[in-house]
Amino acid sequence: MTANGYMQLGLYLIALIGLAWPLGVYMARVYRDELPGFVRWLKPVENAFYRVCGVKPGDDMPWTRYAFAMIAFNLMGFLVVYALQRFQIWLPLNPEGLANTTADSAFNTAISFATNTNWQGYGGETTMSYLTQMLGLNVQNFLSAATGMAVVVALMRGFTRKEAGGVGNFWVDMVRSTLYILLPLSVILSLALVSQGVVQSFSPYQKAQMVESVSYEQAKTGADGEPVVDAKGQPVMEQVAVAEQTIAVGPAASQIAIKQLGTNGGGFFNVNSAHPLENPTPLANFLEVLAILLIPAALCFTFGRFVGDMRQGGAILAAMTVVFTALLAVAAVAEQSGNPLFDRLGLATEASDLQAGGNMEGKEARFGIANSALWATATTAASNGSVNSMHDSYTPIGGMVPMWLMQLGEVIFGGVGSGLYGMLVFALIGVFVAGLMIGRTPEYLGKKIEAFEVKMAAVAILVPPLAVLVGAALAVSLDAGRAGIFNPGAHGFSEVLYALSSAGNNNGSAFGGLSANTPFYNTLLGFAMLLARYWVMIPVLAIAGALAAKKIVPASAGTLPTHTPLFVVLLIGTVIVVGALTFVPALALGPVVEHLQMISVK
Amino acid sequence: MFKELKPAALLLVLLTVLTGALYPALITGLAQTLFPGEANGSLIRQDGKIVGSALVGQPFSDPKHFWGRPSATGPVPYNAGASSGSNLGPLNPALEEAVKARIDALKAADPTQTAPIPVDLVTASGSGLDPHISPAAARWQAPRIARLRGISEAEVSRLIDGHTEGRQLGLLGEPRVNVLSLNLALDRLAKF
Repeated sequence: MTANGYMQLGLYLIALIGLAWPLGVYMARVYRDELPGFVRWLKPVENAFYRVCGVKPGDDMPWTRYAFAMIAFNLMGFLVVYALQRFQIWLPLNPEGLANTTADSAFNTAISFATNTNWQGYGGETTMSYLTQMLGLNVQNFLSAATGMAVVVALMRGFTRKEAGGVGNFWVDMVRSTLYILLPLSVILSLALVSQGVVQSFSPYQKAQMVESVSYEQAKTGADGEPVVDAKGQPVMEQVAVAEQTIAVGPAASQIAIKQLGTNGGGFFNVNSAHPLENPTPLANFLEVLAILLIPAALCFTFGRFVGDMRQGGAILAAMTVVFTALLAVAAVAEQSGNPLFDRLGLATEASDLQAGGNMEGKEARFGIANSALWATATTAASNGSVNSMHDSYTPIGGMVPMWLMQLGEVIFGGVGSGLYGMLVFALIGVFVAGLMIGRTPEYLGKKIEAFEVKMAAVAILVPPLAVLVGAALAVSLDAGRAGIFNPGAHGFSEVLYALSSAGNNNGSAFGGLSANTPFYNTLLGFAMLLARYWVMIPVLAIAGALAAKKIVPASAGTLPTHTPLFVVLLIGTVIVVGALTFVPALALGPVVEHLQMISVK
Repeated sequence: MFKELKPAALLLVLLTVLTGALYPALITGLAQTLFPGEANGSLIRQDGKIVGSALVGQPFSDPKHFWGRPSATGPVPYNAGASSGSNLGPLNPALEEAVKARIDALKAADPTQTAPIPVDLVTASGSGLDPHISPAAARWQAPRIARLRGISEAEVSRLIDGHTEGRQLGLLGEPRVNVLSLNLALDRLAKF
């Protein structure tokens, strides 16, 4: 990679931390009802929401009630998205007349968006009406993100409350997350994106007269609609000339802004943020990829504010940033080194000021290698899952980085809310392991970590890998699963493993060659997404409730400080050891084998 | 517990109206007022007709035009109604075949050009709609364009430079050449 490439990556990290700090502090004030002056005019709107819904903002919920409210709310959202897809042909704002989706596809997509996964079994511009995109998918982009933020705020309260019965009010956390955080940021970002060329209109798809026309062959059909066959029974082919280009448009910018900010990732168009009308310029790309990690990083500062010690949030953020930077470097170097095939064929692959070089299959010229690798790493470190290049065409090691980042449990920044609560669960395991080593009762932030918390943490950490590995084993064992594989050899296994890693950690990105819009994959991945979301959220809320009920013990000589570099190393070690031990055997069968094959061809 | 169902339903309705209707309507209104060209697809009009989008590539196979990135959309390349990448893995034999065929086509169009072909000119873009090629890929094609159009290579180079976009803000992204606008400029040149 060129010096410019490293500068772009460096600028990204600086901008991320620089913006996350003030945002995180602001978010802490929002959740503690200490609104700064510039948003206080929204307070009447917030109060009106509570009045209409019959919510008493001071009504403190025990964790069980909080969890029930969360699940009831998510379930209703799921039903709306499902219904919109199944009825879209009879509903307004469908200028292209797109048909209702199948039951299994609608089931998968509704789960996908309600769980903040945003896995796409469908192609946006060929499947979803404007109404479905807006009232279904766009709404869940906000609400699933707000749900994750609500749960992490409940957990933060667990750490700070003393002998309390409740963890907060779910409805209040939802309204505040949406009204004061997600919505204002989305308005700013979507307008910035439109200025760069992201489309935002309700008109039907545009038609352009192309400079050159192209033609393709298709089987001829007779007047009866049946294929015409010749004397030998072969279908007769005919040439179809195409002189017009249909350009899909739609209300995209408003959806793309929240898709990035809410770590959702479901694209308006099929190829997501590789699409030039979804991500038209390098500046748009910079803003979109910044938006992926912005709130997850900011929540670390919010956490620091909540527990009254910014160093605690800083330690978590440091652990995330170290892992992120290391894996970003691996992905960037692997993609810049490229595919030896291209060198064997005598192509020019060296990076310079005139070309990006490297492995350009599946990548866009305006983004080159540095911005594609940055996006791939950020989108899988966070549980975003949008793509600006096709991960399926990455080099084996370049593709292994995003896959492994998902398998780590989406805690390196992770989803909005879900990343931080996942990381805090790892922190509990970390202090527990350290406690065992030094023979003391583990504590974190003045709370004794006891059997119940560790059991819940174990559930939260073990369920997603279970969904991934059992699901992948099932898919490659069954004909229905193998039928979806597109690329031959070890790469085909990687496609399946990637899909389950993505669904089983609520990421949503894909090795896109896999034909996943089938009843088998729609169902399997749907259940994997459900398990990964709620079997982490519910244990986390249980931990929050248990912690809130505890006393706060003052730090003593035997307390392991949790803001030091030593703790950062302990936390990274816990994440890496769990992630590596669980997934190395599976990775060895996919990307590792493929890499060895690739470098052995002479 | 079940008394939570009422706020759940009501809040879902309110937030749906807010984030699913009011918010996109507000952004559409602002976008259509502030950035009407961009919001509608950055369309290029010539003689009253829409001839394309400044952001969406088009298929070019005539040797007198610059060729863009290979596109994997179906049934025709650069189908902007159904974007798609190739999704070919690095070791897929189909990738090798496709790249070889593109190399052969480029060499057949200009047998005198023996410099190594820039990799982006023979690898499919992620979207299938990439409007750009690298400046290296444009320069590689310059001798062919000059010869077939009977203009000097210097003039072609000047055109390429005129249609090269540098890194945004001097830093972001990669330098690139918009193939459609370059070809439209070439065709305009021929008319005079």
